Amino acid sequence: MTEEIIIAGFGGQGVLSMGKILAYAGIMQDKEVSWLPSYGPEMRGGTSNVTVILSDERICSPYLNQFDTAIILNQQSMDKFESAVKPGGLLIYDPNGITNHPTRKDISIYQVAAADKASELGISKLFNMIILGGFLAVKPLVTPEMLHKGLEKSLPERHHHLIPKNEEAVEIGKGLLKPYNVL
Amino acid sequence: MAKELKLMKGNQAIAEAAIRCGCDGYFGYPITPQSEVLEHLMAERPYLKTGMVVLQAESELASINMVYAGASTGKRVMTSSSSPGFSLMQEGLSYIAGAELPALCVNVVRGGPGLGTIQPSQSDYFQTTKGGGHGDYRLITLAPSSVQEMYDFVELGFDLAFKYRNPVAILSDGVIGQVMEKVMIDDYKPRWTNEYIEEHCPWAATGHRAGKKSTIVTSLELDSLKQEGVNERIQAKYRKCEAEDARHEAIQCDDAEYIFVAYGSAARICMKAVELARAEGIKVGLVRPITLWPFPKKAVAEIGGRMKKILCVEMSAGQMIEDVKLAVECKVPTIHYGRYGGVIPTPVEIFEALKNMIK
Amino acid sequence: MGIQDNVVGISPVGCSVLAYNYFDTDFVEAAHGRAPACASAIKRLRPDTFVFSYQGDGDLASIGCAEVMHACNRGENITMIFINNGIYGMTGGQMAPTTLEGMETVTCPYGRDPELMGHTMRLTEVLAQLPGTYYVTRQAVYTPALARKCKKAIRQAFENQKLNKGVSFVEVTSNCNSGWKMTPVKANKWMEENTLKYFPLGDMKVDGKFAPNFMERVSTFDQPNETRFSLRSK
Repeated sequence: MTEEIIIAGFGGQGVLSMGKILAYAGIMQDKEVSWLPSYGPEMRGGTSNVTVILSDERICSPYLNQFDTAIILNQQSMDKFESAVKPGGLLIYDPNGITNHPTRKDISIYQVAAADKASELGISKLFNMIILGGFLAVKPLVTPEMLHKGLEKSLPERHHHLIPKNEEAVEIGKGLLKPYNVL
Repeated sequence: MAKELKLMKGNQAIAEAAIRCGCDGYFGYPITPQSEVLEHLMAERPYLKTGMVVLQAESELASINMVYAGASTGKRVMTSSSSPGFSLMQEGLSYIAGAELPALCVNVVRGGPGLGTIQPSQSDYFQTTKGGGHGDYRLITLAPSSVQEMYDFVELGFDLAFKYRNPVAILSDGVIGQVMEKVMIDDYKPRWTNEYIEEHCPWAATGHRAGKKSTIVTSLELDSLKQEGVNERIQAKYRKCEAEDARHEAIQCDDAEYIFVAYGSAARICMKAVELARAEGIKVGLVRPITLWPFPKKAVAEIGGRMKKILCVEMSAGQMIEDVKLAVECKVPTIHYGRYGGVIPTPVEIFEALKNMIK
Repeated sequence: MGIQDNVVGISPVGCSVLAYNYFDTDFVEAAHGRAPACASAIKRLRPDTFVFSYQGDGDLASIGCAEVMHACNRGENITMIFINNGIYGMTGGQMAPTTLEGMETVTCPYGRDPELMGHTMRLTEVLAQLPGTYYVTRQAVYTPALARKCKKAIRQAFENQKLNKGVSFVEVTSNCNSGWKMTPVKANKWMEENTLKYFPLGDMKVDGKFAPNFMERVSTFDQPNETRFSLRSK
């Protein structure tokens, strides 16, 4: 099994930390992992993306231009990465702020209206976990137990009391998953 | 506590390895994309754990000269930087080589020339392996291609530096510096005691003479014949290093008709290209130099000599390719494929370059 | 002080490049201007060892200006000796930052013109204002009495290091009879009459406090320099 994922959005949306939690959960499940962020001017407020790879084998290139899954959180990233999903792959996006919706017919596309839900529940900081829930509903790459351990590893100890809230957000995300174009 | 598995950035792995392998001091100056080395060290406060000194210097010039002086007293000291900063350190590296001192310098390369870009590149190959500073000297150069190797090469780097009393460079780039991967970390090793240094490093100016003649650390010798002698001694070390410490990794070369030669992050991308090519029945392998100086000439000659063609993939306009051609004595057609200025080639485009080369 | 078996000195590039041949202690030869960085590192790695740097004015005030400023600003627990003779001696008598206005050297053969070449730099007065310096003084050694006084100051600078007090900085105003193209006796006299007017001797900072006359010392620094020197006419 090898899953090559790009997560892309605005800086501050928790793109990098979502990837990190996924990577940690992967480690807990004895997988090889790689987490490669974009860095530079874009991390100071502009767009931000991270390539996460989970695999049962030694990971070759941490840098990729084709992905099994793209998790897209803003229009710029949609414009850039819709075409980078491998045929038969998966695209998950939050429709909030998206004006040009994806048009590809050869990939599975789901929406997760995470931003609206997060602001409705007053948990905007957990927005990224809602999205992650949506992804895990389609591809349960890591078990809830391993995700829990991943959160423990990834969050500093002073934030460990927030782990249950993070897990709730993941569950909410699973429920929000809405098929847009399913193969 | 035994070994422990962590998820770390390459830059953090450098810092963590330094603390855990008994490094005495780090002196550095912030520059993207390697600032996490100093940041991690400052956050970890190794001076409370192992007594390791960490100092943010006023410049790269100060950093490398702090390293020079620390090494002069027999301490295991290091610095890290990225391309423009590494350029500033060349004079210091020449002094360290000239005074025959052990030291470690990490370069997390970004694209140039000039201020260039902060994105990954491999365009400092010439500077590092051919002697970027003045005089006849070499930097022993290690090229990690994973976070684990970033970690492992710190201790290896110190071992080689002390074995040859010569500066060692870890030549990395923005991809390996920034990527997070699994890394197995060791328990803390104690730093050398001053008594151990007195005993094992008679060349060190420790200040503690105890009846000995005073020790002078210098690279100055105004008598040309004597200076020639110094050079001969240094060159003899380099011949020994070439014979004993050239390293490489060969991947799927046994049945191969073609090989990629690539190091560092480019080698990782080539591994993926090997996968893509093999899926289409093209018999391609990868030779990954681990030491860039000494270049693994013998291995490249042996494996490369059997091939129909060689594709040398670098994130530069073609620097290592000169060593590859020398190794196979230009008997095997050797072609360069590269992206530069901070652009990373994709596995697919390398695969395309391979197909172009074959036809 | 009985510390000779526990000292590392740092020699610079310039006339004192071979200083290690004249001191009977361990020594490290620094690259041009970097002695304060070298001394900082050694002291931090070996806090029980006495560390001192020995630099000339080209080395310390020109190419090594950043290193000396920052070592002083960090308050490194080291002793710095600064030999100021107003010229580059080793390379053959070129202008230094400390060359007096109007003074002739091979790179200002018509006299140093401050409008073209900048002003004579009194770096020691600047260093005294950095919080990391504990003892800053300017001494000379052209008479036996001054030499004795200077020796006392240097001893003080090492005593301070024993007590972990931060930077102790001793400038020794000197001459360069070959670079100035004078006899040794004449060079001393010229220094006394000219150099010391611009670089007055005395303590600037003692025990971490400004000397009582420090404000008076710097009070004229915003005035144009009325004195122009000429080596040849003297």
